[in-house]
Amino acid sequence: MSIDTETARKVAHLARIRVEEEELPALAGEFNAILGFIEQLQEVDVEGVEPMTSVTPQRLKRREDVVTDGDQQDKVLANAPDAREGFFAVPKVVE
Amino acid sequence: MSELSRLKISEARDALRKGEVTSVELTEACLAEIEGGGALNAFVHDTPDLALEQAKAADTRKNGGSLNGIPLGIKDLFCTKGVASQAASKILDGFRPEYESTVSQNLLDAGAVMLGKLNMDEFAMGSSNETSIYGDAVNPWKVDDRALTPGGSSGGSAAAVAADLCLGATGTDTGGSIRQPAAFTGITGIKPTYGRCSRWGIVAFASSLDQAGPMTKDVRDAAIMLQAMCGHDPKDSTSADLPVPDFEAMLTGDIKGKTIGIPREYHMEGMPDEIEALWAEGRRMLQDAGARLVDISLPHTKYALPTYYVIAPAEASSNLARYDGVRFGHRAKLGQGDGITEMYEKTRAEGFGQEVKRRVMVGTYVLSAGFYDAYYNRARKVRALIKRDFEEAFAQGVDAILTPATPSAAFGLGEMAEADPVAMYLNDVFTVTVNLAGLPGISVPAGLNSRGLPLGLQLIGRPWEEGDLLNTAYALEQAAGFVAKPGRWW
Repeated sequence: MSIDTETARKVAHLARIRVEEEELPALAGEFNAILGFIEQLQEVDVEGVEPMTSVTPQRLKRREDVVTDGDQQDKVLANAPDAREGFFAVPKVVE
Repeated sequence: MSELSRLKISEARDALRKGEVTSVELTEACLAEIEGGGALNAFVHDTPDLALEQAKAADTRKNGGSLNGIPLGIKDLFCTKGVASQAASKILDGFRPEYESTVSQNLLDAGAVMLGKLNMDEFAMGSSNETSIYGDAVNPWKVDDRALTPGGSSGGSAAAVAADLCLGATGTDTGGSIRQPAAFTGITGIKPTYGRCSRWGIVAFASSLDQAGPMTKDVRDAAIMLQAMCGHDPKDSTSADLPVPDFEAMLTGDIKGKTIGIPREYHMEGMPDEIEALWAEGRRMLQDAGARLVDISLPHTKYALPTYYVIAPAEASSNLARYDGVRFGHRAKLGQGDGITEMYEKTRAEGFGQEVKRRVMVGTYVLSAGFYDAYYNRARKVRALIKRDFEEAFAQGVDAILTPATPSAAFGLGEMAEADPVAMYLNDVFTVTVNLAGLPGISVPAGLNSRGLPLGLQLIGRPWEEGDLLNTAYALEQAAGFVAKPGRWW
C-alpha cells in the first residue's frame, strides 16, 4: 500500500489540517515510512482473535440518570477565543 | 546548591513531622533551584506565589496528609485550576482550566505544594522532549559539549527531579513516557496498572493507554507519591473501584522465592553491549537477593511497536478533534470569506506541531473507510495477543518480568532530527508492550554506562500488584546501590 499525494491531500482534509500543496509529497513520504512499519502486522495470525475493547476486564459503572453538574456558563465560556452573549461565536455555518 | 531541595520525599516528610524544617523553607529552597535552573528548561510555568501560599497553609495544618508540605512539580499535561495548562502545544496557548485534574487534586488533598508546570513533548507525543512549544528540556547529565535529551514525553519532570529542582514530579505514560525519561536521568518512575489513576483532567492522548504516575528520587518516594495519586474516581469510567494498599508498608526488600521472568524476545538484534551487560547484572542482583529466574517467551513482542503506532494515533486523532478553535486555546486569524472549515483547518495547521499533525493524520488514515479493518481492527487483535502473552507468563507463576528500560543511554538533542520518525519510535521498544497490556511497569536506575550516563532496568508486574512490584524494585534498588548524581553545570 503506497500513499500518493492525492491520498495525503484527502487525509489532511479529513483531519481538518491545512497542508500546503508543496508539502504534500513530503507528507506522503512520511506516511509511507510509518505505514511500511505498520505493515508487519499483516503477517500475524489473528484468526479467531477478538479485537480488544478494554484492557482491564471491568464493567462500566452505571449511575442514576440525574443532573449532577451544570449551571456554569461563565466557566464554560471563560477560555473561548470568541464568546458573545453567552455563546461560542464561529464564522457563519449556514448560508 | 541547597541541601533542602536534594531531600527525598520520605526524608522531607520525616523532617517536617519532627519540626526540623518547614514547608516554606523546603519550598523556598526549590524555588531558588528552579530560578537557577533555567538552562534545563524543565519548569515552563512557575507558580511561586501559589506554592508559598500552599506551603504556609501546610505549615499551619494539624494532621496533614501523607505529602503535607512536600513541594512537587506537575507535568503540563495535567489541568491545574487557574494555572496555564497547555500540553506543551501552541493550540492550547492561554488555556487556564476552571478545574483541577483528579490526580493533582489528590496530591493537593494530601498536602502537597505545587511549584509549577513541567516541560514535555507536545501532547505527550515524543521520546526526547524536542516537540515542545517551550523548546527542548535538557538533561542535567552531561559528559561532553553536547546537550543531552532527558527523554520524553515527561522530559521536564525527569530533568527537574534529577537536578533537585523539586522533590518529586508527576508524569504520564502512554508508551514509555515515564519510564524512558526516568532511565535517561537516573531516577525512578512507575506507570501503574491501567485504571489505577484517574485520567480525568489530564489532556488525553490515547485514552486506552494513558496512565499517570510519579517520577521520584527513589522507590520509596514512588510508593508514597503513587499512593496519594491513585484511587477510584467516578469522573473517569475506566478508573478502577479497587482498594489502594499501603504501598510503602509493602517495601520489605524481601524477594526470596519470587519468580522473575526473563523474556527472550527482549534480546534485540543490534542492542548495545552495555545494555546487555546491565540486564545480566540485574538478573544476577535479583538472583542474589533470593529470587528464582526463569526464561519466558512473549512471542508477539516484535509487533508491539507497530500495534502501538496504529492504536495510539487512531485514538489521538479522535481525542485531538476537540482542538477546533471554538471552545479554548488558539484560533487562527481568518481571511475574508473564510468559513468554518477554513477556521478548523487553519487553526489546527497553526496550532499543532509537526509530530502531532503527523500522528493525527496517520490516525485519521487508519480509521478511514476501507482501512479500518486492515489496520485498526487488526491492531486491536494483535494487542489482545500481546496481552495474552503476558497472561500466560503470569499463569506459569511469574511474579515480575525484568527487562532493560531503554535500548540506549540518553542521546544528544538534535541528533535524531534527520532520522526517520520510526527511528525515534524505537526508544519505546521495551516499554510500549506494558501499556498495550495495561500492566504496571517501573524503571529503576541500575548503573552508569562507560561514558558515565545513567541506565535503567524495567520491572513489569501483574495487574493491580503495584505493591509487590515496588517491593521487587526496592530489592533491585538496594542491590544496585545507584547513588550517582549529575554534576552541576547549569
